[in-house]
Amino acid sequence: MNILILAFIALFSFSCFFLGKSQIKKIAYSQKFKPKALPHFYGFYLSLWCALPALLIVLLWSIFEPFIVKYLIISGLEKISINSIDPDQLNLIYQKIKASYFGNFTGIASEQIKKGAEQYGHFLSIAQGAKVVLVLTLVIGFALVAYKKIQNNTHAREGVEFIFKIVLISCSVVAVLTTAGIIFSLLLESIKFFSQINFFDFLFGLGWSPQKAFVSDTSVALSAKEAKELSKAFGAVPLFAGTGFIAFIAMCVSVPIGLFSGIYLAEYATPSVRKFGKPIIEILAGIPTVVYGFFAALTVGPFIKTIGESLGLAVSSESALAAGLVMGVMIIPFISSLSDDVINAVPQSLREGSYALGATKSETIKKVVLPAALPGIIGSILLAVSRAIGETMIVVMAAGLAAKLTINPLDSTTTITTQIVMILVGDQEFTSAKTQAAFALGLTLFVMTLILNFIALRAVNKYREKYD
Amino acid sequence: MTKEQRLKKRYSAEKRFKAYGIISVCAALLFVGILVFKVFSEGSGAFVKTAIQLELDLSKEKLNLPEKPTKEDFENIDFYDFAQQHILKIYPAITTKEKKELLTLFSSDFEYEVKDFILSNKNLIGQKVFFKITAASDLDQMHKGNYTRDIPEERRKVSNFQLKIYDFLLKENKISKIFNNYLFSNGDSRNPEIAGIGGAMLGSFFSIIVCLIISFPIALLAAVYLEEFAPKNAFTDFIEININNLAAVPSIVFGLLGLGILLNVFELPRSTSLVGGITLALMTLPRIIIPCRASLKAVPPSIREGALAVGASKVQSVMHHVVPLAMPGTLSGTIIGLAQALGETAPLLLIGMVAFVVQVPGTPMDPSSSLPVQVYLWSESAERGFVEKTSATIMMLLGFLIAMNSIAVYARQKFEKKWI
Repeated sequence: MNILILAFIALFSFSCFFLGKSQIKKIAYSQKFKPKALPHFYGFYLSLWCALPALLIVLLWSIFEPFIVKYLIISGLEKISINSIDPDQLNLIYQKIKASYFGNFTGIASEQIKKGAEQYGHFLSIAQGAKVVLVLTLVIGFALVAYKKIQNNTHAREGVEFIFKIVLISCSVVAVLTTAGIIFSLLLESIKFFSQINFFDFLFGLGWSPQKAFVSDTSVALSAKEAKELSKAFGAVPLFAGTGFIAFIAMCVSVPIGLFSGIYLAEYATPSVRKFGKPIIEILAGIPTVVYGFFAALTVGPFIKTIGESLGLAVSSESALAAGLVMGVMIIPFISSLSDDVINAVPQSLREGSYALGATKSETIKKVVLPAALPGIIGSILLAVSRAIGETMIVVMAAGLAAKLTINPLDSTTTITTQIVMILVGDQEFTSAKTQAAFALGLTLFVMTLILNFIALRAVNKYREKYD
Repeated sequence: MTKEQRLKKRYSAEKRFKAYGIISVCAALLFVGILVFKVFSEGSGAFVKTAIQLELDLSKEKLNLPEKPTKEDFENIDFYDFAQQHILKIYPAITTKEKKELLTLFSSDFEYEVKDFILSNKNLIGQKVFFKITAASDLDQMHKGNYTRDIPEERRKVSNFQLKIYDFLLKENKISKIFNNYLFSNGDSRNPEIAGIGGAMLGSFFSIIVCLIISFPIALLAAVYLEEFAPKNAFTDFIEININNLAAVPSIVFGLLGLGILLNVFELPRSTSLVGGITLALMTLPRIIIPCRASLKAVPPSIREGALAVGASKVQSVMHHVVPLAMPGTLSGTIIGLAQALGETAPLLLIGMVAFVVQVPGTPMDPSSSLPVQVYLWSESAERGFVEKTSATIMMLLGFLIAMNSIAVYARQKFEKKWI
């Protein structure tokens, strides 16, 4: 139905465009005045007046209709039932009613549900009729109003451009809305989570075993013992430690390789080497992370295991080392191209001054260029760290699932992102503390990366200002 | 220390420093090489499949067809029985166990292959024809040389009897490698020999189209606003900070956004490429806005001033002159952003695009998987046939990414105007 309405609006406003365009020419000719804008602006003016209010109504309607219908049905249910039903139960009945109306309800429908479905259909048809009438009135009414204005030779261009600017502003506000949506969705579930689990138990607890939360039923009040156990099930320190540890291994690989390749490409490489070397290294950044994960799990992991076992070491097949090494490779291009950029931005005069004092090239780089570029390099490393802790697929595929506090790189560890994926893949129950824990972890991750990015971006920008 | 000695030391330090740089660059290049080599050497096998030649006797008695068969008669043929009879004829198997082992050398779909063949070649009825039927994954791997045969029978996937059949078929020249059309046409399956990435490719395609439709116009208009119209004030700064931060937010957080808002609040259908596309669009948006702004900024102010001078309004000067000139840059930025979105896995896992989907999706509203998610799903299964398929999927994925990036680079070099 919505599609039909939208098609109608589109067709009508499209034809209004031509109507407006031809009408202004005709009117201007017959009444002998000069239009205040080009004819097609009058076309746009008319069609925008037709389409926009109607579209707005359709949008608002489709957002609010389900809620209103649900409210009506549920209040109807509450009226007929003698003793009060709890909200979850009502919700379930509502879902059943909806399913039975659309004909995909399996199982035997009770009298209540059949009646509800009938009512549901009734409400839907009322809503639909009302919507069609409203939209038709709006489209035609506004078309007439705008047509009148055209006849009075209104400032069509100003009107059209005003709307255009509003469209532009709302497009750039989408980014703000996305951030707001992220914060809202993370906070919504996290607040529920922290109402069950103490915030400090989460942040500083040493044991992570969310599967324990399944034991207790959240709708029943917890016994003291259960509550204590639950509070111990969500200690995120092992996850923070695992994340940090794997990121540390990754940085051990990527910082030296990335930094030295950045220096080489910026300072030593001939233009032809640079022309080919840089894009090839940047291929590493373009490879999807799932490919790295596959590589880590099927090639690097077993390889480290065989080497370790031949040396007589106990190596887990999902070692932190394998995940960290591969993640390090993934991060190399971020560090190398960013540090390449900041090194290139160091003014040539600093280098020449150093050469004039008789320093060799490497001495110049070590003593003059690098210190000058340091804020930018640190910024790029921080950006890389934030990338490493937010990286998901490599650790999901190559690091372990069991949370343990360890600093043995050959042992398996788990990370924040792995746990989020493990909890949320498959069926979830949104009332369980386990599911909410994933959102709390997501919030922690978001805040952590936000702080790192903020510092890094400031460092890089400050450095840029210094030499610009 | 004499002057010469010190100089020598300094020069050798210089050489060492340079060598570190070369070693690092080489190490990075080596990683690219190993990765690509590994994927290609593992995955190239998946593009062909092993087929066994079967002689089908399509006489009417065998097929239980009357003299003038109707459409219904064809539907009523017991294809399983018919195919089984022909398979058992290929090698003398006596006991039930042997018969079973012989049958398991063929793809679990052999019945449907024979059915499709007969129904699409009704003119061959009454003749004897040769038909190539897909072999089971274990025989396929055996034929491709991925299984060793000199280990004890218990540890082998292929039994001694099956090996005997294999050798017999080899000698008779009845085994051949043909192009694996299932890889591109089929959806997922539990059996490696009939599993394909057709469903995943369509799923990826739909999500990318949804992502493009949403993100490109919004990103372009947002970039136009920020670069051309926005006044310098706190609100504009706030938007800019937001965009820069969003570009660096881990992708999994966008998955949580999709799960929390799109699925739970707006109740959009789970596991569909529509939701996947919207989530990816929100993620790609800032990554497209940034290059779009850069290319708008690169258009020299004289263009704007020229337009304004001949009486254009601000909007006209921007939309008629600046944006068309910036198009090559914005388009290539968009394509690169979409390429990143194509390889993204984590957010799709959270919105349920990891379901086991056998059906090839027909619309963006159908449950589907996507190429990177298929890589993740198959890498979890231990069978040798799936390892090969995973690598082939990666090859396809990398192929698409390379193609998109080269188009972006080509478009920029070909159409971008250089301002002097």
